[in-house]
Amino acid sequence: MKVSVLRFPGTNCDFDTQYAFEKLGYDTELIWHKEERLPRDTDLVVIPGGFSYGDYLRSGSIAQFSPIMRAVVNYANSGGKVLGICNGFQILTEVGLLPGALKRNNNLHFISKHQNIQVVNQDNAFLNRCDKSEILNIPIAHADGNYYIDDDGLKELESNDQVLLRYCDANGNRIVVNGSVTSIAGVCNKEKNVFGLMPHPERALEDILGSSDGIKMLQGFEQ
Amino acid sequence: MKAIVNVYLKNGVLDPQGKATHHALESMNFKGVNDVRIGKQIIVELETEDRDEAQKEVEEMCEVLLANTVIEDYTIEIA
Repeated sequence: MKVSVLRFPGTNCDFDTQYAFEKLGYDTELIWHKEERLPRDTDLVVIPGGFSYGDYLRSGSIAQFSPIMRAVVNYANSGGKVLGICNGFQILTEVGLLPGALKRNNNLHFISKHQNIQVVNQDNAFLNRCDKSEILNIPIAHADGNYYIDDDGLKELESNDQVLLRYCDANGNRIVVNGSVTSIAGVCNKEKNVFGLMPHPERALEDILGSSDGIKMLQGFEQ
Repeated sequence: MKAIVNVYLKNGVLDPQGKATHHALESMNFKGVNDVRIGKQIIVELETEDRDEAQKEVEEMCEVLLANTVIEDYTIEIA
């Protein structure tokens, strides 16, 4: 599997993300945002975390107009798989590949910690190696992770099984972490080829560092 | 010509910064504050001297970049 990892000015999880996929045995390539094309053999595009363009205006709002994003939109619209982690999730909502928007956390804090998240839907190209309702321990690190979508949008997400992950406690009860609508931590598009989440699976590869639950998430794309 | 754009969260979308500021005002004994909402102001200097053209152009800027219309409303004042 060939993974193309995008880099914008201000991206800071590019090397972690590359390391994670390399460690799992996949080929990777870092793609500078000024590029207008993705490598032909790309099987998965990953937009990693960070602070593209310093979060100016809104998180992800400026990056959506970088030249590479036109290629990513075309790739996604023709069925290619795209994963956005943290700032990548924000960019994917800004560019319109994913529904909803990410607002400032309800407590206004930058939240950085390990967090339990529950798998809501696993019947997709991303979470297929997880069990339904499984609880994963994955780090979060964000200031703008408060997922918003209106009531009609939420109904649509739920009826199409587009909600991927929700924040929860150790027993799987939903908890308020950042104010997200129904504690949503990750969603996908209707066609189930574009995925976005605030937690960082690429930071959960080693038990000695707190969790290795990220491995089966990233491996899911191999199918 | 100058356009003053105000961008703020839609009614019904919780504004955490506004809420925190509201609580701070109350704790400082400012009575009778019903609500506080925080937005941002963007000032755009334009070449055109045509008000309609300016309005149209800035509206487009708001729709594609300056506001995220999923969560934000905007107003435009041409000065």
